[in-house]
Amino acid sequence: MINFQYVRASDVADAVRQIAADPNAKFIAGGTNLIDLMKEDVERPSRLIDISRLPLKTVEETANGGLRIGALVPNSDLAYHPLIEQRYPIVGSAIRAGASAQLRNMASTGGNLLQRTRCAYFYDTATPCNKRQPGSGCSAINGLNRGHAILGASEACIATHPSDMCVALAALEAKVHVMGPAGERAIAFADFHRLPGNTPHLDTNVNPNEIVTAVELPAKGFAANYTYLKIRDRLSYAFAIVSIAAALELDGAKIKEARLALGGVAHKPWRDAEAEAALRGQAADQAAFTRAADVLLREAKSHAHNSFKIELARRGIVRALTQAARGTPQSQSNKKVL
Amino acid sequence: MARTSAARQTRDAIPVPDKIRVAMVVNGMAVQLDVAPWTTLLDALRDHLNLTGTKKGCDHGQCGACTVLVDGRRINSCLTLAVMKDGAEVTTIEGLAKDGALHPLQQAFIDHDAFQCGYCTSGQICSGVGLLTEGRATSDDDIRELMSGNICRCGAYPNILAAIKQTMGRS
Repeated sequence: MINFQYVRASDVADAVRQIAADPNAKFIAGGTNLIDLMKEDVERPSRLIDISRLPLKTVEETANGGLRIGALVPNSDLAYHPLIEQRYPIVGSAIRAGASAQLRNMASTGGNLLQRTRCAYFYDTATPCNKRQPGSGCSAINGLNRGHAILGASEACIATHPSDMCVALAALEAKVHVMGPAGERAIAFADFHRLPGNTPHLDTNVNPNEIVTAVELPAKGFAANYTYLKIRDRLSYAFAIVSIAAALELDGAKIKEARLALGGVAHKPWRDAEAEAALRGQAADQAAFTRAADVLLREAKSHAHNSFKIELARRGIVRALTQAARGTPQSQSNKKVL
Repeated sequence: MARTSAARQTRDAIPVPDKIRVAMVVNGMAVQLDVAPWTTLLDALRDHLNLTGTKKGCDHGQCGACTVLVDGRRINSCLTLAVMKDGAEVTTIEGLAKDGALHPLQQAFIDHDAFQCGYCTSGQICSGVGLLTEGRATSDDDIRELMSGNICRCGAYPNILAAIKQTMGRS
């Protein structure tokens, strides 16, 4: 691996001071993405600031009926936390759909958010990649792009964000708390990750001198009618080709409130207000679900090898909304899609 | 694809750090070792402590051969820096047998012929011990899903499943 210095942060303020002092430093917590990328010579930090011992490991109820999840809560602990299982089962389901048991034991909540949006060319230092080396070109756009983005991509980058947890957090309208030299601020989940545009080397809107301290869930958890449906090339331990977080609030047979977010299709978890508006007030039936899917995919654009993802997403959205409406969420153990 | 010379110079300008003293309890024994920051827990176990039962497969967290238990939880030791585990309690395949008796899951792997070449086996067993401790698997589907971070290229999966079931007392 590359040469770097290793230091520990003594508290959150110290972490902020240390990251501000060295523009080439990076925080390390679970390390599951960063160490991998360092071994591939893709990430080259001069210094790792170990934040894994900071006291950001609690899950607490908030005054407004929500939940504040410390940035260092391991993914596995969060997935099986009683309050998540009771009130936000879509979050636990999405986490269990991702990675492996070992990785979920290591990976942190904040690190899951901050894992790089990526594709195989990002990893391959023998090829151009605008995300790895701005201005060098995109190898995927005319290369092998079966797994790549169909929404919100640019000429500069068509990589996808691989997180499952973040798709559920997008659907629930989570907030991300970050701390910087000027104090704490909250970022709406929709504004946390970025689309590639002309700056695909930037995945998030966290400033280089800020640290993620917590993820906050609002009171509404959609525990009765939800699903997280992940379609992939093998049944476990693979990134999504398309994944769908669907959450409904029903009033009899009608949809009172709808949330719909997709993974594996864009540079960030993809949530579409117009698709959700198309569901609101409608009968919870196949016709409404199909209309919502058409709205969400209205600007979908494929590349040489991934046109199948548009139809797969369309069918996946309808299936996920059907599962949510029936109150029969996708099992993350028995993968049969019902 | 060449890196920019600026980036290369930045890296070369970093002074080589002193080795860092790390104290751990490995398989019940207190050890101290001096490691560079980039030494993974896997390399520390194999190269510094001569515990070569833990295997290096992909070295990228994709195969599970390097699985060990840290403070009772199964993790990929290849994606863990040894310096970050100062003070931790580590259990490897060498530490599972107690007083000359194999761990029940080790015995079950033998009973069910749950391996062929054996390269993935220490990772499979450490991962299986983690699964048993977690106590969340209640069906064959659960076991398969929760063992999906361990790849066996010989394809011993049905026998690995049988070994874990035997140890769970539901064979």
